[in-house]
Amino acid sequence: MIDFFFLIPIAIGLGLTGLASFMWTLRSGQYDDLEGAAERILFEGNEGPVVGNRPSDPTA
Amino acid sequence: MSCCAPGAEIYVHQSGIANEEIVLASRTVREGVRQTDLSVPDIRCGACLRKIETALGKLDGVAHARANLSSRRVTVLWNGEAPPPLIPALKAIGYRAHIHAAAADREDGTLPQLVRALAVAGFATSNIMLLSVSIWSGAEAETRDIFHWISAAIALPTLAYSGQVFFRSAWRSLRHGQTNMDVPISIGVLLAFGLSLYETIHHGPHAYFDAAVSLLFFLLIGRTLDHVMRARARQAVQGLARLSARGALVVRPDGSQIYLPVDEIQPGMTILLAAGERVPVDARVARGRSELDRALVSGESVPQPATEGTQLQAGILNLTGPLEIIATAPAKDSFLAEMARMMDAAEAGRSTYRRIADRASRLYAPVVHATALLTFAGWMIAAGDLHRALTVAIAVLIVTCPCALGLAVPMVHVVAAKRLFDRGIMIRDGSALERLANVDTVVLDKTGTLTTGRPQLVSASNAAMNALAAAIAAQSRHPYSQALAKLSDGCRTITFDAVSEYPGMGLQARLGSDVYRLGRPDWAVAEPRLDSADDEVAVVLSKNGRCLAAFHLDDDLRAGAAEATADLTAFGLGVSILSGDNDKRVRKIAARCGVSHTAAARPADKVRYIAAMKQAGRKVLMVGDGLNDAPALTAADVSMAPASAADIGRNAADLVFLRENLAAVPQAIVLACDASKRVRQNLALAITYNIVAIPIAVLGHVTPLLAAVAMSLSSIIVVANALRPDLGRRPSAQVSQGNQAASPIPRGAT
Repeated sequence: MIDFFFLIPIAIGLGLTGLASFMWTLRSGQYDDLEGAAERILFEGNEGPVVGNRPSDPTA
Repeated sequence: MSCCAPGAEIYVHQSGIANEEIVLASRTVREGVRQTDLSVPDIRCGACLRKIETALGKLDGVAHARANLSSRRVTVLWNGEAPPPLIPALKAIGYRAHIHAAAADREDGTLPQLVRALAVAGFATSNIMLLSVSIWSGAEAETRDIFHWISAAIALPTLAYSGQVFFRSAWRSLRHGQTNMDVPISIGVLLAFGLSLYETIHHGPHAYFDAAVSLLFFLLIGRTLDHVMRARARQAVQGLARLSARGALVVRPDGSQIYLPVDEIQPGMTILLAAGERVPVDARVARGRSELDRALVSGESVPQPATEGTQLQAGILNLTGPLEIIATAPAKDSFLAEMARMMDAAEAGRSTYRRIADRASRLYAPVVHATALLTFAGWMIAAGDLHRALTVAIAVLIVTCPCALGLAVPMVHVVAAKRLFDRGIMIRDGSALERLANVDTVVLDKTGTLTTGRPQLVSASNAAMNALAAAIAAQSRHPYSQALAKLSDGCRTITFDAVSEYPGMGLQARLGSDVYRLGRPDWAVAEPRLDSADDEVAVVLSKNGRCLAAFHLDDDLRAGAAEATADLTAFGLGVSILSGDNDKRVRKIAARCGVSHTAAARPADKVRYIAAMKQAGRKVLMVGDGLNDAPALTAADVSMAPASAADIGRNAADLVFLRENLAAVPQAIVLACDASKRVRQNLALAITYNIVAIPIAVLGHVTPLLAAVAMSLSSIIVVANALRPDLGRRPSAQVSQGNQAASPIPRGAT
């Protein structure tokens, strides 16, 4: 019986982690251009993920 | 990489987008940085992304350029006062681009919301199912109670978050005294949760948390897919060129010039209208000569001359010469606004169509709720146990909760919309598909719908004359010149000393001491021949006033137009042409398609014509492209427009077809009929499921396990039936028969 007190929170916690990371990917626009993302993997150069790819602020 | 070199000849008229217009359409991201969204329909591959981003990135002032392959759009961040030459830069590498209003995407906020709701429901379903399986496999007493409590703790926030989608819609429709599919869904989910919570508190053996949550999950899948399809269609339609003017160059009394948005143009202002621009508001020509393309405004396919005093309606395209025009009405009283008002009136007069799912739920909800009530009464009389009677009655509601019914219709619509999308047809929503399946009359506009809207050569001369004419014509962007310029064989180039254009007349070219003229017969030839009795459009090539060759041009039928009208007639539909053009030209086209016609119809006449047909009990499909068709498109039961249509018409239409070929119309109708048959099958399956499930539930034999299995199974069967691959894929020979078999749809059901 005592096992439940570890296992169930762990199971639900893992699920919640997955849910949270999905929400993050959704918010950061990683599904905006699925076809484009599939093509971009073939580009040369050090293109990072969408968020990291934003150029430095030109006004800065 | 052949896909990266598209032709841009059709869009020549739109290429002169002013810088001011780009500024008007952009928005400020942060201090000094503005964002402009461009729609670039020719992005087709990864290499295109690369090419566009590199080319734009090199421009001065561009801070960031990112192309999107899915939505065929480029987002550019730029700084400085004037925008960088974005559109010319794209044109230089072979992509036509037009401005995409940044505000247009705002309504898309529902999709992320749906996806988030779906994700939460998915998480909750998997976790609760995990716990439920242990209960079903024999967890006892305290363990079961703990699992029930955990399930309740997961289910409550899920219902509060993901369930909102259904609760809101159900509440909206209840407040208007109607029911839709969301009402029984909401009642079922809430009762299942309430009963389960009661059972959990009282240490009962059966809780339906899994049923409540998985129901939400399944239904949200259907709803999200439906929305994705529609968003994609909307994006594709938005990506098309904007045909109405956003602003115009106004001359102020002190002689200075300023670019004003359309809304700020007042009557009396003087506007400079360059060749290739559209008239922004109703106006009168003050100075200049030109020719006008009224195709979108009145349906006339032949360019009309414009001289001082000519009245212009907003939306007319100025073809050849610059004009100085004086505004006679503000934007809100212009032709465009008048069309919008007529559309509102037509919209108000149109009875709201009830979707088949809503009609089904109107029958379904009372039956199920009455069954549950009778079950409750029966058990009260038979056993006298309130708790037992209530439990069984709620179990009836849970088992019959319209999971399959809720998926039956949207799944088919999603699949059908995908098939249509593959054929270049965009559909606005599922109800359009249902309305299309009911159609028994098709009304077609002529200019730009049955025909291409661009003049084409019908008779030419010998090769030498053709080459000569093509060389002169290449200097002008009058539609006739463009048609003639295509005659060029590409190997001989003739260079003239000078070529000048005379608006309303034609082109004059000098070669040594010879003067060539290409244009109206009475202008090009010194002594017009009197035998040219036919008023068919003719362009004459002359040398020093002597006729060399005559070219006949006409607005020709769209590809597949004759076949499409033949198909439609073969389906047993009434087909007719309703055009604003003059009787002679309409008659000729009608004869070639073998259908009846009505000519010289003004916008109001078109609406009346459609209204009269509807009064007579016909279900009308209107296919049109112009501003003058927009009210009629709204008035019809269902409407289609080609991609080249005016913005306002495109927005009014339920379906938009992107390809030139008119075969899209019969194809869409066939697919709609197929889809409607598939929807009926699905509804029948869902009802069969209920016929089997209700007796079991009424007798009190339903356990949570049984409910979960039955609900999942019925949903899967319905989805599988929708995904069956033969939807709309029958060979065309059988199509007409199949369609006729499918067309007697119970129309009295509305």
